[in-house]
Amino acid sequence: MKLFSKRADGTRREPMTDTQLLLTITICIFVVMYGLAILILGGGFRKPQMLFDILNDNAFLIIISCGLTLVMITGSIDISVGGVTALVAMVGVMILNGNILWIEKLLGSLHLQPETIPTMRIVFALLMALLVGLAFGAVQGFLIAHLQIQPFIVTLAGMFFARGMITILSVQPQKAPQALMDILQKRIDIPWLGSLNKRGELIPARMEIGVVAALVIVILIFLLLRKHRLGRSMYAVGGNQQSALMLGVNVRRTRFMAHLLCGLLSGIAGFVFMMHTGAGNATNATAAEMNAIASSIIGGTLLTGGVGSVIGTFFGVLTLNTIKSIVITSGLSEPWWQSITTGAMLCLFILLQSLVLMRKKQSKGKKKRQKRGKGTA
Amino acid sequence: MQDDIVLTMRGICKNFPNVKALKSVDFTLRKGTIHALMGENGAGKSTLIKVLTGVYTMDEGEIRIDGIEGPVSIRSPQDAQNCGISTVYQEITLCPNLTVAENMFIGRTKKKSVNWKAMEKRAGELLENLGIPARPRQQLGSCSLAVQQMVAIARAVDTECKVLILDEPTSSLDDKEVEMLFRLMRELKSRGVGIIFVTHFLEQVYAVSDSITVLRNGELVGEYDVKELPQVKLVEKMIGKDLEDLSVIKKGAAASQENYYEAKGLSSSAARPFDFRIAKGEVNGFTGLLGSGRSESVRAIFGADQVTGGKVTVDGKPAKITKPLHAMKHGIGYLPENRRGDGIIADLSVRDNIILALQVIQGMGRPISRAKAEAFADEYIKALDIKTASTDTPIKFLSGGNQQKVILARWLLTHPKYLILDEPTRGIDVGTKTEIQKLVLKLAEEGMSITFISSEIEEMLRTCSRLIVMRDRNIVGELTGESLTQEKVMRTIAGGGD
Repeated sequence: MKLFSKRADGTRREPMTDTQLLLTITICIFVVMYGLAILILGGGFRKPQMLFDILNDNAFLIIISCGLTLVMITGSIDISVGGVTALVAMVGVMILNGNILWIEKLLGSLHLQPETIPTMRIVFALLMALLVGLAFGAVQGFLIAHLQIQPFIVTLAGMFFARGMITILSVQPQKAPQALMDILQKRIDIPWLGSLNKRGELIPARMEIGVVAALVIVILIFLLLRKHRLGRSMYAVGGNQQSALMLGVNVRRTRFMAHLLCGLLSGIAGFVFMMHTGAGNATNATAAEMNAIASSIIGGTLLTGGVGSVIGTFFGVLTLNTIKSIVITSGLSEPWWQSITTGAMLCLFILLQSLVLMRKKQSKGKKKRQKRGKGTA
Repeated sequence: MQDDIVLTMRGICKNFPNVKALKSVDFTLRKGTIHALMGENGAGKSTLIKVLTGVYTMDEGEIRIDGIEGPVSIRSPQDAQNCGISTVYQEITLCPNLTVAENMFIGRTKKKSVNWKAMEKRAGELLENLGIPARPRQQLGSCSLAVQQMVAIARAVDTECKVLILDEPTSSLDDKEVEMLFRLMRELKSRGVGIIFVTHFLEQVYAVSDSITVLRNGELVGEYDVKELPQVKLVEKMIGKDLEDLSVIKKGAAASQENYYEAKGLSSSAARPFDFRIAKGEVNGFTGLLGSGRSESVRAIFGADQVTGGKVTVDGKPAKITKPLHAMKHGIGYLPENRRGDGIIADLSVRDNIILALQVIQGMGRPISRAKAEAFADEYIKALDIKTASTDTPIKFLSGGNQQKVILARWLLTHPKYLILDEPTRGIDVGTKTEIQKLVLKLAEEGMSITFISSEIEEMLRTCSRLIVMRDRNIVGELTGESLTQEKVMRTIAGGGD
């Protein structure tokens, strides 16, 4: 066993798995791109606040993308996430405004002090956000995992359903009361990360609560995917569903849980979205599902399943929106430039990914041939 | 129950619609033995394995396993695993995107969290222990097929397994890899694992097995000790009385001297330039090892691959065949090697599959009427004795042999002058095999030219009057008349024997 003794010494580094490889590419590209933006465009990009603005504006997108990454790793898809986010935001705003009657009745029956009622409305808004998200996730997950209906079709229906529900709730755009928004839009100062203004005073970078939530979720999902049995099952199911079944993985449960979590995260994302904008509108979070898919793909998650990471997705969201910022900063402020560059970047990323994966496969083939050649010589 | 018996199956029955796949089969496995399960295709081997692994549930019978009180009920692959039955299938059922270590442990623990360090350490020990050349942190997809196979076995062994089923494990391995696998099997045997080895390579059975159970047509033929059962006897048991039936076939009369098809220097994207001719009413064949270029050559004749050069004459007139449609218009039919991929259209009915080629030749502008299609289908279902519930049955519900007959009907319906049959008898039962061989000779007698390809040299010798031998993608010999013997063909294939 010559082969074995050579490898048992452990000095050789293991080649990266596909997931690790794609993650590395994403992070490298983001760092290089942001670095170039600082060097060439300068201005806003020199201030840490630029990065935090991107985070503040896209906290909800990070959360949605995390959910979508889970679903995509299992080899499925969910395009209802944008609709659910918008629906939850609308429901939230209406609760804050006291427009939802049964919640008002419930609050009335609790005999609370009048000044605590607005705060309780926030709590109920959050509970409803989780509930709506879970409901979408559960129904869609059931249809997909247990009744084996095409995920694309199920979630397409979910998307239309959610968007339609928004209009039923309110045709007019709704705005949350300013007093409550002041609480929700509280920003956290980061004193050690800031920039000096003209008078030489330090202006700390500011971060919204939603970003904290998003970061916590990224870490939790990372741990789930890395350390938890469920997370590993998701990779197995995405890699080869039939094999996963044979290996004793509960395929149905895994697929169901992926969709359930994705729905739950869309609900949380809706709440974060509402915290950020304070508005409920049928056109909220338009095309968020597409941006989330794009972010996951840029982050190295393959649509075919089995490969991907949530850290990559996080950087995918950053990359996607940094591109948009770069486009705006370079003076191309018309909205179509953002779309065009996003499209071009997406193509470029996918091309790059498939090239890298192809090279990896080829080098494997080459090694095998060399080995064979030696064997016969 | 005796002490050294790990598995007993008694009176196992399994029925499918129209077919009794298993008729009261018994099977016994002892500790520390390798037990080969043999039988022709359709004998019920895979059904028996699937019953044992929980893919199918049996209709009757009982299974007992050492250490478990009373008969066990196995309703899912998980149940089987819990009973100590592990299976390694022909196709690798692991996840290529995960690491070797994960593939060995996923789906087995009740624990919610994954301890990577411990898992990789345990995997490393196990791999070293069994002498498997893989590293725990390697992505499985980057290992060779043989190593993947062995990882699957390592996983199986680690699950407290008493019964290890290896279902055609060697079919995609080369000789060296097979030897590696055998070493692992003997190692496991010495540890007291009972191994069920399903294969159709006879030499491999004799290389590693201790005992053999033979099935035929869903019935138990018997259980034998390897030493008591010489190879010839084993083949006899597997094929049964059909053996005499085969020898009845007599080769047709000599073919006419007029060529129907002739090619000079024909080459395609997959085949090197070669010369080829076939006379009217002749049956000839391409032979050689798998990958020697026999299929590629006939695909070039039919225009199925991109034709890159050569002169072709059909029926005395120069012809240009670069697409299958051209070939079909020249009266050439081709029954492909890959029945599932290139032959049947799984969801279409038997009727639609039969009229397909005729419809294509007629052109889409002139549809075949329903009544006519029905008549054609009925005619050929009767003529070829195709077993199907109705002409409307989707072809995917038919057995392999009957699917093959449908494809054959498809071509016969176009009344071809020249028919190419690439592995027409692969994966179908002996009875149908003989029928197809007889049909080939009958058609040739009626004046059809036929090129026949089969991996079984014996079958080729029975049907062909001229054999073209290929080696490493070149034609290395042509055998006719007296020199058509098994030994001569083998020598030509192997090289250095003229």
